[in-house]
Amino acid sequence: MTTTHTPPHIRLANEISAQFQQRDPAAAAQEIAQHIQSFWDPRMRAKLIADAGAPGSGLDPLAVAAAALLPPAVHG
Amino acid sequence: MSLIKEQDYGTPARPGEATVSVEIDGKTVLVPEGTSVMRAAAEAGIDIPKLCATDSLEPFGSCRLCLVDIDGRKGSPASCTTPCTPGMKVRTQTPKLAELRRGVMELYISDHPLDCLTCPTNGDCELQDMAGVVGLREVRYGFDGENHLDLPTDSSNPYFDYDASKCIACSRCVRACDEVQGTFALTLEGRGFATKIAAGAGGSFMESDCVSCGACVQACPTATLQERTVVELGMPTRSVLTTCAYCGVGCSFKAELRGDEVVRMVPYKDGKANEGHSCVKGRFAFGYASHPDRQLKPMVRERITDPWREVEWGEAVEYVGKRMLEIQAGHGAGAIGGITSSRCTNEEVYAVQKMVRAAFGNNNVDTCARVCHSPTGYGLKQTYGTSAGTQDFKSVEKADVILVIGANPTDAHPVFASRIKRRLRQGAKLIVADPRRIDLVRSPHIEAQHHLRLMPGTNVALINAMAHVVVTEGLVDREFVAERCEDFDEWERFISGPEHSPEAVEEITGVPAADVRAATRLYASAPNATIMYGLGVTEHSQGSTMVMGMANLAMATGNIGREGVGVNPLRGQNNVQGSCDMGSFPHELPGYRHVSDDAVRNVFETLWGRTLQSEPGLRIPNMFDAAIDGSFRALFVQGEDIVQSDPNTKHVTAALSAMDLVVVQDLFLNETSKYAHVFLPGTSFLEKDGTFTNAERRINRVRPVMAPKTGKHEWQIVCEIAQAMGYPMKYDDAAQIMDEIAITTPTFAGVSFAKLDQVGSVQWPCNDNAPEGTPIMHIDGFVRGRGRFVDTVYVPTKERSTRKFPLILTTGRILSQYNVGAQTRRTGNSAWHPEDLLEMHPHDAEVRGVRDGDTVSLTSRVGETSLRVKIDDRMPVGVVYTTFHHPVTGANVVTTEHSDWATNCPEYKVTAVEVALRNPTPATAAPAMAE
Ligand code: SF4
Ligand code: SF4
Ligand code: SF4
Ligand code: FES
Repeated sequence: MTTTHTPPHIRLANEISAQFQQRDPAAAAQEIAQHIQSFWDPRMRAKLIADAGAPGSGLDPLAVAAAALLPPAVHG
Repeated sequence: MSLIKEQDYGTPARPGEATVSVEIDGKTVLVPEGTSVMRAAAEAGIDIPKLCATDSLEPFGSCRLCLVDIDGRKGSPASCTTPCTPGMKVRTQTPKLAELRRGVMELYISDHPLDCLTCPTNGDCELQDMAGVVGLREVRYGFDGENHLDLPTDSSNPYFDYDASKCIACSRCVRACDEVQGTFALTLEGRGFATKIAAGAGGSFMESDCVSCGACVQACPTATLQERTVVELGMPTRSVLTTCAYCGVGCSFKAELRGDEVVRMVPYKDGKANEGHSCVKGRFAFGYASHPDRQLKPMVRERITDPWREVEWGEAVEYVGKRMLEIQAGHGAGAIGGITSSRCTNEEVYAVQKMVRAAFGNNNVDTCARVCHSPTGYGLKQTYGTSAGTQDFKSVEKADVILVIGANPTDAHPVFASRIKRRLRQGAKLIVADPRRIDLVRSPHIEAQHHLRLMPGTNVALINAMAHVVVTEGLVDREFVAERCEDFDEWERFISGPEHSPEAVEEITGVPAADVRAATRLYASAPNATIMYGLGVTEHSQGSTMVMGMANLAMATGNIGREGVGVNPLRGQNNVQGSCDMGSFPHELPGYRHVSDDAVRNVFETLWGRTLQSEPGLRIPNMFDAAIDGSFRALFVQGEDIVQSDPNTKHVTAALSAMDLVVVQDLFLNETSKYAHVFLPGTSFLEKDGTFTNAERRINRVRPVMAPKTGKHEWQIVCEIAQAMGYPMKYDDAAQIMDEIAITTPTFAGVSFAKLDQVGSVQWPCNDNAPEGTPIMHIDGFVRGRGRFVDTVYVPTKERSTRKFPLILTTGRILSQYNVGAQTRRTGNSAWHPEDLLEMHPHDAEVRGVRDGDTVSLTSRVGETSLRVKIDDRMPVGVVYTTFHHPVTGANVVTTEHSDWATNCPEYKVTAVEVALRNPTPATAAPAMAE
């Protein structure tokens, strides 16, 4: 039995991005960023922002674009 | 409080203005058209003797005890079946009537055991009362003629007996089963003297279709149908009004006690959610509250491998406070959090989220509603502006078409299902969208016009196809849309795309295009069409999208903002609505207001004296992920067994094992407490003081019938932990907590225990314009202003059947059991559901060599469990189904990490699995209720 080894923040960001595939990419990135900003804890956002820059992260291009719009995440 | 006796008006109230004036025994009464003479008399304070009439049932006119004289009419008609006509003059007491009534009573009594003094219902028997009322002193026929006195008692039901010798054949039970419950399990067999009641085809109650709702017991005027607890404990002497703690219907009950012992729970007629009806859980399954398994003392242990050590409250609370602070000192303020329970009261939930936000200093609070209805919150907020159903239950009485999607109300919301069934028997049309042929599809006197048997995971494709038909076949309510909504044009372009047509998605959904078209036309052209949905909508990777899809459909057809329409989530647990309302989500303060909203935070900061975080916290699945990567290390769990109820058990237990401190507050030791360091005993609903909010936003009082068996209320313990962490948090009683909710949360403005005691219940939003609440929402405008159409792209789940895992598993619940079963398994309800079974289609069983009753292994890519099989063609080919009421089954051992894209609500309803024969066993499955 195998489990998926995609890190959760990548899997979740990709699942959100999948919902916006048919939209204009710029608008989609905006909405995804807004969604993530509203619902994600800062430590998950920080990981997403960190991974978005790295090649081979497995992130959907829309998620990468969205991550670029997120303000830096600070967590305590 | 003494024993509450509700007045019985004899026949049901009729709707409408009181316009018909009649005179009864010289008194003038004004009643609505269609009101019986009996009821009019009762309203005037005149009781006419009766036996076969009761106001929950249509009159039947069989006992002839209620005869009256009416000026200008021949004979003495039965007042229960005679409607009032204008100017009618009635006399209820004359010597002739007295004579007739005595004659009737004499016949009844001559065939009735004369053991009143030793009868369990002595003093609560209408036959006895009526004998007194009509002045019966002697029985001329003697007692030795032919009689029914030696008929046997049927004790097959775990909760009530049927003592046939006491039956007067009034048929109230039969009619209650038909009219109130809608199960049609009972018949009146034979004629004349030989008439008797039969359950099913002459077998016992247990062998019949009876679902043990108790309506017949309630209706029986004698001791024939009697709760066994009354026989064992004696008649109760006092009542406390309270609310059922099982499902989201939120039925009102009279807890009837003798001393401090609950003798029985009797549904309350004035309860707006249930109007005097009940189901087997609320009516009978309360014994768990005094079950010996209950842990009543706090316990602590350093490591989860150590034995538990019972401690005093002070030590337990100090320990939790100290450890929480230590963990924060070592790993940061965000390293700890809490989970609230949908089974606890609003006040208890509010206290936990306040402890997390103010004492923990973060937003790491989530609720078990995460795993059931979080997509409802998201979807309805995006489209309509608020996270709640649009209607009250009563509204279904005005519906012409009822669309039930991914819900199984007869099992999960039985009392509301009875209302739905009543409306369907009156002629409303039914569309069911569900992979399984749920009972509602075909049951006595009900047949769905359309059963759209879609493949699990394809809800969005189906709802889009329906919306496509609406826009392309000219079924849009253009006026409503133009006046009330926004973003319609863009949505119309999106949904008219040919890829959404029923023909295009037929292969995905498995539903014939013609059926989709016909069902949509039926829905869209009805004067009033309503949508009811359940976890079959939300527990999917597109749960939120589907909620928005239904919201779109209702708006496009103008089915919002009046009686009989709307979009209605059927909530699983009793206080799912309330726990969400109370700020249990990590991104929202009470009243669904985002934590980033400075003005809202300011309200709480001023009152609580602490700076609050403006960033969202961790959701439950994020907590588990963060526990595994080490940044989240302590968790307070209020009344939820996350190990049994959350998906992918292995992942959950790995997360809990990785934590430094797990605190469980619950009634019983459970699967989660195996991973806990501190166990704080909780209170049952019979000890709680507070409120629950049901699926129709109705805030109902939960009143304690006894002091907490643990010595403390749950909210008190939470306050003490906050104090141990250095945050002063104190209330004198639960009422003060509600007062705080009311002043901080605009939709709860003015709500207080005193107000609820006065008016019974209110439906939020309550505000200056609607101080008594709002039964139906979005009447003149949507909460967000204009209703918003949202494009709902169908993105298939990643969980697909494969060669290795060719079947799709979907999960659900059964009538007699509740959630993880911690309560119901500790009651007589286990007579109906002693184990979880795997339902599968005969074809799928045959190709695997599996027979009914065999034990099989159920394997997904994350885990394996074993269960016994029930072969049933209510399942479609390729889909198997089970429940998760028993821990040994571990249904969630196999469910996966997939979740709703917007809310992380787990995808319980779709798991690719394989089934293989493990142990052929002789099939001796116990009868499963509602099967
Ligand atoms: S308990 Fe309910 S279902 Fe059973 S016979 Fe009585 S009314 Fe019918
Ligand atoms: S069992 Fe009770 S309700 Fe039913 S017919 Fe007999 S007396 Fe009437
Ligand atoms: S329908 Fe729900 S609230 Fe009502 S009695 Fe049954 S379990 Fe309790
Ligand atoms: S009460 Fe009217 S006929 Fe029985």
